Amino acid sequence: MSADAPTFLGMPPFPEAAHEALGNEQLRHNLRRATGTIRDKRAQVIGELDDWEGLRTRAALIKDTALHDLDRHLVELEEQLVARGVTVHWARTAEEACMIVGDIAQSHDVDEVVKVKSMATQEIELNEALQARGIAAWETDLAELIVQLGHDLPSHILVPAIHRNRTEIRDIFRAEMGQVGRAAPEDLTDDPAQLAEASRLHLREKFLRARMAVSGANFAVAETGTLVVVESEGNGRMCLTLPEVLVSVVGIEKVVPTWDDLDVFLQLLPRSSTGERMNPYTSTWSGVTEGDGPQECHVVLLDNGRTRALADEVGRQALRCIRCSACLNICPVYERTGGHAYGSVYPGPIGAILNPLLKGVGHDEQVDSLPFASSLCGACYEVCPVKIDIPTVLVDLRAQVVDAHREDRRPHAEAAAMRAGAWAMGSSRRMALGQRASGLAGAVLGRVSRRANASGRQVLGWLPSPGSAWTRTRDLPVPPTESFRRWWKRTR
Amino acid sequence: MSARDEILTAVREAVRDAPRGQPPGPQPTVPPTDRSAMLERFAALAADYRATVIRCKASEVSVHVLKALRDARRVILPAGLPEVVVEAVSGRLGKDAVAADAAGHAELEGFDAVVTTCAAGIAATGTVVLDHGEGQGRRALTLLPDLHVCIVRSGQVVPDVPDAVRRLDPQRPQTWISGPSATSDIELSRVEGVHGPRTLVVLLVGDR
Ligand code: SF4
Repeated sequence: MSADAPTFLGMPPFPEAAHEALGNEQLRHNLRRATGTIRDKRAQVIGELDDWEGLRTRAALIKDTALHDLDRHLVELEEQLVARGVTVHWARTAEEACMIVGDIAQSHDVDEVVKVKSMATQEIELNEALQARGIAAWETDLAELIVQLGHDLPSHILVPAIHRNRTEIRDIFRAEMGQVGRAAPEDLTDDPAQLAEASRLHLREKFLRARMAVSGANFAVAETGTLVVVESEGNGRMCLTLPEVLVSVVGIEKVVPTWDDLDVFLQLLPRSSTGERMNPYTSTWSGVTEGDGPQECHVVLLDNGRTRALADEVGRQALRCIRCSACLNICPVYERTGGHAYGSVYPGPIGAILNPLLKGVGHDEQVDSLPFASSLCGACYEVCPVKIDIPTVLVDLRAQVVDAHREDRRPHAEAAAMRAGAWAMGSSRRMALGQRASGLAGAVLGRVSRRANASGRQVLGWLPSPGSAWTRTRDLPVPPTESFRRWWKRTR
Repeated sequence: MSARDEILTAVREAVRDAPRGQPPGPQPTVPPTDRSAMLERFAALAADYRATVIRCKASEVSVHVLKALRDARRVILPAGLPEVVVEAVSGRLGKDAVAADAAGHAELEGFDAVVTTCAAGIAATGTVVLDHGEGQGRRALTLLPDLHVCIVRSGQVVPDVPDAVRRLDPQRPQTWISGPSATSDIELSRVEGVHGPRTLVVLLVGDR
């Protein structure tokens, strides 16, 4: 059925894609409503905790130290999994990972698998790869189902169909469910409860029938060989429990050293992502349990650019990401453009750094445009539960993009920068955000790249911001670390 | 070089010069100062996520299980449930209407309800945790039936997530449950009951 499913391949660079999205009123309305709701819920449940800041610091430190000893933890994880009956595979690339999963499916002679929502399997485009081998991959998360049935692309990490309203969803269900299984009831309305019921019935037969499931994992505990899946609907439990064979594709950065480390993450993740004290269902399992759940388990440990990101001194902190999507929900750029403009399964602020870090800069205009898809307002850093300093990484990546194009005759980077600049300056609110950003950029640059001009005044050698390619030939004064507007607000 | 060796080598290379820190160690836990407030909180927050919460004395458990089962006709009673509960339910519905397990998924689909104990309750989140041991059964038993009645002894309730993580055994499969199955995928409006049990009844027993 996904033969005609679109992919992100060949998406235009961010400024063009964003421009198109900005013209879509429905999309902007859906997004504004959704992100606004989730932000309010989140603020409330975070307010219930005494020491949210302390938790963030602890989580960042756990992830950082885990990443520093990642080789040791991966080996331990493998040992623990193998000791509990799991077959462990290693995949350098998306192709290798897809090959491994496809081979397992074929060895069991299955022509369909059920899937739990997983960013890693979207990243490697597993569904398409399986489809090419004649294996249907059924998404079972409601939002993923909406995306899949709508022959659409995900636009948000957590709520991939956030760009669709209820009426659109009803129409998709009516038209498409019958094509691939149990049809939607004739009299289906756009009442969310009815839509959820239709998906319950449509998927139930698939859950009961499927012999193989594919999942990701939110966390992998090295010390105990435990995988953790955090979800809401129960589709995850269905996939993790009912089929005979379970394959989990796990990015190598998902490792946490100890079982006790989970306490911090199980507090941070639900509150930060769905704005709930706890998500409805969390499943943990340590290998094969006799007489309970799949009796054949595989884990595919995936690199696909993660070691490249890990080698980036400034950017490696992006691997702490627990995919909560709080940075998307707070981002003024995301709220206006939506997720598709980022051309990746990882949209929003985290996508703007993660994609270039995983793929490298300098060879794809689309990827190179992403670090400019931001006003550097810093809101993403403030909400991030693992304290990823996204603005600083963006600034650093901008410099990397400029460097990568230094030899170009064609002014790629400059063009991208100017387009992003024109867009960012398009309204006074954005301008205000930009000014906060230039204060931030000033603070960063003040540390790393000041040099004196002839008059002894501090100037910037280059400005890694929407004006970066420009400033290679023009010296600009260092932006003050506090913009005028902020100073005015503070001292008035 | 194998994919494994190549990845491990790349990982080592990548962080060779990175500064090293000390992991923070486990989060300290504080014993509850006011047990009854903690139980109140557990009950209130479980209810906040649309579980039906009933508090009762140990002697009233069977009565409340029967009430909670409403008009369920066939009920799973996993091995290890308190004898009084098994007797009460099979007494009312008949021996043929209850079973400790079912042969396959299709047969399990024929049951309307399941009654279990649990491994822990978490006050700060209103969560019950199953470790699928005695009185809880394998994972599918609490997944396919549409009504789940979960018996929580007051002594099993802990203040917060770290307390639960400390007392649970990672070697056992676990299911953390906070209210019935729900989705917010349609315009972020919460709908209860997608794939898991659509009704969750929590019986908080003791301290009454
Ligand atoms: S970068 Fe931070 S805020 Fe954004 S998704 Fe990742 S963990 Fe969440």
